[in-house]
Amino acid sequence: MLDELNNPPAVHHASGWRRTGRVLLVPALAVFTGLVIGAIFIIITSEEVYAGFGQSFGAGLAAVWDTIIKAYGAMFAGALGDPVRIVEAIRGGNALEIRRAINPILESLVNATPYIFAGLAVALGFRSGLFNIGVEGQLFVGAAAATYVGFAIKGLPAVIHMPLAFLAGAVGGGLWGFIPGWLKAKTGGHEVINTIMMNWISFRLTEWLLTGPMTRPGSGGMPISPVIEKSAEIPQFFPSPIRLHLGFFIALAFAYLVHWLLFKTTWGFNLRTVGANPYAARYAGINITSNIIIAMTLSGALAGLAGATQILAVNRSMAIGLSAGAGFDSIALALLGNSTPIGVVFASLLFGALRNGATRMELLQIPNDIVSIIQALILAFVAAPAIIRTIYRIRVPKEAEEAVFVGGSWGGGK
Amino acid sequence: MKKFSLILAVVMLLSLILSACAPAATPTAAPEVKKKACEVTDTGGIDDKSFNATAWKGAQLAQSELGWEAKYLESKEVADYEKNINAFIEEKCDLIITVGFLLGDATKAAAEANPDIKFSIVDFSYDPPIPNVVGQVFATDEAAFLAGYLAAGMTKTGKVGTFGGLPIPTVTIFMDGFTRGVKYYNSVKGTNVEVLGYDLADPTKGLFTNSFDDQQKGKEFGTTLMDEGADIIMPVAGPVGLGTASAVKERGNAMIIGVDSDWFLTASEYADITLTSVLKNMDSTTLAVAKSINDGTFKGGTNVTGTLASGGVGLAPYHNFDSKVPAELKAEIDALKADIISGKIKLADIK
Repeated sequence: MLDELNNPPAVHHASGWRRTGRVLLVPALAVFTGLVIGAIFIIITSEEVYAGFGQSFGAGLAAVWDTIIKAYGAMFAGALGDPVRIVEAIRGGNALEIRRAINPILESLVNATPYIFAGLAVALGFRSGLFNIGVEGQLFVGAAAATYVGFAIKGLPAVIHMPLAFLAGAVGGGLWGFIPGWLKAKTGGHEVINTIMMNWISFRLTEWLLTGPMTRPGSGGMPISPVIEKSAEIPQFFPSPIRLHLGFFIALAFAYLVHWLLFKTTWGFNLRTVGANPYAARYAGINITSNIIIAMTLSGALAGLAGATQILAVNRSMAIGLSAGAGFDSIALALLGNSTPIGVVFASLLFGALRNGATRMELLQIPNDIVSIIQALILAFVAAPAIIRTIYRIRVPKEAEEAVFVGGSWGGGK
Repeated sequence: MKKFSLILAVVMLLSLILSACAPAATPTAAPEVKKKACEVTDTGGIDDKSFNATAWKGAQLAQSELGWEAKYLESKEVADYEKNINAFIEEKCDLIITVGFLLGDATKAAAEANPDIKFSIVDFSYDPPIPNVVGQVFATDEAAFLAGYLAAGMTKTGKVGTFGGLPIPTVTIFMDGFTRGVKYYNSVKGTNVEVLGYDLADPTKGLFTNSFDDQQKGKEFGTTLMDEGADIIMPVAGPVGLGTASAVKERGNAMIIGVDSDWFLTASEYADITLTSVLKNMDSTTLAVAKSINDGTFKGGTNVTGTLASGGVGLAPYHNFDSKVPAELKAEIDALKADIISGKIKLADIK
């Protein structure tokens, strides 16, 4: 299954599992190496370590180990849950305590949800030879659109209102992706430049909306929207503190949908052909212009859904500080997932878990920026697999690696 | 390179062994139980040089003065507010401090779901109140009033200026108090000092940058106010005011009045032109809430108001201008402060 998803059109050279192992080897080692180097940062920013070395070399070393174990122990417990605690909670039978004990892993899924949508947006672009750097901006516009539909329309039944608000997010994000797509297709204006520009327009536009037309009445012009109607909410499954919501499963469904579109339909084949070699695509009679526009619009729509889900399922109103850069992290996610939907899902789960685990780490006075460093390291190693191969002395696989994301865009593909 | 792999293997092995040993190594004796003051920041982060940082100073004061333990969690995005508050609820914090209006929704939801946990929200209050939340609000106009009186006494051109970031209550209260201070000076001394940039009758007609981070705008506003004759300016727009300060420094014949913290210390490059600052001491109110928990007088559903009397707001020292402010004016301001505290002077009466 995994094999099929990762390498759908290619001829199978090696047996399935060996091939899968090879595909996963570099990302897995990248994660491991990222954690090892992240540990160095934890050590050099820890006061206990300096205090330890101030006493004696041995005490210093002990402090080093102690700090790393405590930090990563907290991170894993925060991301996945503490098995001892879960068992004790279930034995104790206190419902709240059980919910708290199992919450970490579910919260990781909540953290992963916007990553999945945003990662799919970037992956779809990569597959068609487009660098969509504008995911963050599209996410904000999608969120604003979903918020507006969520609070401004009243009296609709939930079965209509919630999907409508969700759809509004896709439309908003889609519009923000369509513009640079259109510019690329019609004028050749590079989508990297244009999507970055569109990001800034989106940030300032949403700030203006939140302090102006969409501001919460009685807030005195604070940058926060009214709370969305109950009927527009994407439901959460359990009482507090568990925030797991339907949006996570919708995200998984969309991952399957994108996979199906890309790899099971003629349209997806055309799109991937444009991405792999635009000249060949044109020669084969594929309409490059419309494919570029459609791809950017769909990419933007997926990004918009990342914002919409966050609003409708978690935040329930829009305020400044909506996203801490999920749209930019998603570029890393698509790389890490080799631009396959299933890869994006796993990469998103990893990043969601890391970010969620960071909270527990921060309780030990370890800055949560360490996790950003680890994420950046993982990305660096995935983007430059030669480093990992050199460190671990791995041979380059015989069949050339699929490097989807350099499929012609930088050369000015058109 | 082989060495690197070897080192990695050793590192892994050691960490496995040590993690296995870890539980045995921890002392089993019950540690001394300290009360916990736990702050959730907004997306500005813990070192924003504004209310997140000042409230954190208050939590640290609780640590040093009351023997509490101070912890914080930084929010990177809106979705973190609820998550961080929940983490602190699980930590069994004795006081959860949330900072600012934007945490209002998350704090309300958490407080209502956990009625036995004590919360305090900085620079915000609930109407209707929530029984386990203490709001921290500030009578900033009292301190700004003193600044206005001082400015009116120090101006040479007969004009002083102010502007704000946004026409929201926490901003306009500075401008309001400042303007009333000037008017009071006029009524006492029979002078006619003019305030540019604020209108008591209609606050929305004042000068606003609509930005809390665009220093260039601060510079433009400062230049405009100086062109119109103001020689003392109080910018109420966070870091935007630093742009104003740079404009004033270039011009060289005007002064500024800082807000929130003592700009002589926090913006020391402008120490030479900082007449004084209107202080909003969110650390002292945060500490006051912690103290009320210590002595059992914590009363949820109420507000702690930072006033001149409580030291929650105040006027910073004159520092470099100490010798330039006439002793008589200083004495008048001290008397004024006493009168406001005693209630002899009511700001609302001054028009």
